Amino acid sequence: MSKNVIVIGGGIAGMESSAYLAAMGYNVTILEKEGKLGGHLLKWERLFPTKRHGKEVLEFLSQGISEHVSIIYHADIENIERKDQVFNVHLSKGTSLKADAVLIATGYETFDARKKEEYGYGIYDNVITSPDLEEIFLSGKGIRTASGKVPQRIGLVHCVGSRDEKAGNIYCSKVCCVTGVKQAIEIKEKLSQTEVYCFYMDMRMYGFHFEELYKEAQEKWGVYFIRGRLSESCENADGTIVVKVEDTLAGKPLKMTVDLLVLLVGFVPSEGTRKIGELLGLSFNSNRFIKSADEHTMSNVSSEPGIFMAGTCTSPRTIANTIMDARSAAATVASYLEGYNIEKRTIHRNLK
Amino acid sequence: MKDFGYTINKDRQINFDRTDKWIYEYLKKHEPSFKLCIGCGTCTATCSSGNFTDFNLRRLFTLIHRGYKLDMKDEITKCMLCGKCIMVCPRGVNTRNIILKINEVIENRKRKK
Ligand code: SF4
Ligand code: SF4
Ligand code: SF4
Repeated sequence: MSKNVIVIGGGIAGMESSAYLAAMGYNVTILEKEGKLGGHLLKWERLFPTKRHGKEVLEFLSQGISEHVSIIYHADIENIERKDQVFNVHLSKGTSLKADAVLIATGYETFDARKKEEYGYGIYDNVITSPDLEEIFLSGKGIRTASGKVPQRIGLVHCVGSRDEKAGNIYCSKVCCVTGVKQAIEIKEKLSQTEVYCFYMDMRMYGFHFEELYKEAQEKWGVYFIRGRLSESCENADGTIVVKVEDTLAGKPLKMTVDLLVLLVGFVPSEGTRKIGELLGLSFNSNRFIKSADEHTMSNVSSEPGIFMAGTCTSPRTIANTIMDARSAAATVASYLEGYNIEKRTIHRNLK
Repeated sequence: MKDFGYTINKDRQINFDRTDKWIYEYLKKHEPSFKLCIGCGTCTATCSSGNFTDFNLRRLFTLIHRGYKLDMKDEITKCMLCGKCIMVCPRGVNTRNIILKINEVIENRKRKK
């Protein structure tokens, strides 16, 4: 009889690991809290660095969800028990499912920009976030200010809720620099007369083709980059926003009026990641994501046998990286279920 | 001798091998958060004094690290010790205390002389 795997979360990581586990002959059940698979991918119109449509990736991932994968939508997990090697997952609707392994793919949420009160999100109408802008792109509506005007100048603010100990997140979210560059280009594609400024501390263009996208933003689209972190923003009587930064390369404080300010919000562990991690008694890392047994060699292995992770529940990741991590998680789960236990190898510290 | 009107320009480079980093060493020891600055400029952007004078906290920190010669006393008297910079620093640098420590180190040195 083939073994059962429960995958918690039907976003990118959950979908791709399920596809691989099903292909290897396991019975896979995805527990998805929403009524649809796809997670954040549903909310992202185009993806960096190629500007391809998010839909294309979603369609690709969906092809892996064969008849060997069952999906339970609107799943709300109440409790997970373990008896010997078998897990019993209880849902709030009274259903219970048995599993030989549990794979957590509960992902991330974007940082709640309201927590950075001095940036004015939720206070000033013309301060929005990168997901808000993506929603505008997806809706096909034009980019307009709160009063319906075409913005003449738009600012994008890097590192909102990331690299910021005051916000409680010291880590870099890895995707927002290049998202900012991508969105700056998309703004210029739609509004060629609008000036676009990015306020950054470092342009982290580490991925393949990221630097080219950055160059394209400068060369083809005339996007401007100012090196300085936003200290605060305030609202003029006409609803425009004044941003205050230091132009660190010029060595002078700078203020600038923009019609629309976009906050590039970072990653935080999702509510589901926190909840499931706690239910299963897993360890969390210093940034509150689920802790991997080892960051170099065992990113998919948790602190408990039979429980594994895939995707952004362990750290911020790009989509490409999430897909790779999901496949790696499937291989790790399979080795456990087949009794090879290669995930039990130990990595020695202080080897001389 | 014929005067061609040429002069030798003074070297404007920071000679890092030669500069005296004693203030940096002192601050590193007495306010270790000084080492955590990432030069983001948030403090300078928010600084009440920096908006009206040429005072620039982020640049001051950088120049101290490089051992650049400055009139420190003159620099730090521009700070009003309002503490706004501490509130915004993403690295939790105790900026205000660094100003106080700079003052301390100058006073100590005066006394020694
Ligand atoms: S990717 Fe860029 S914007 Fe995002 S946290 Fe890192 S440095 Fe900041
Ligand atoms: S705000 Fe903090 S990290 Fe940024 S330049 Fe000032 S002291 Fe350095
Ligand atoms: S304490 Fe000094 S350096 Fe800091 S914001 Fe106030 S005046 Fe500026």
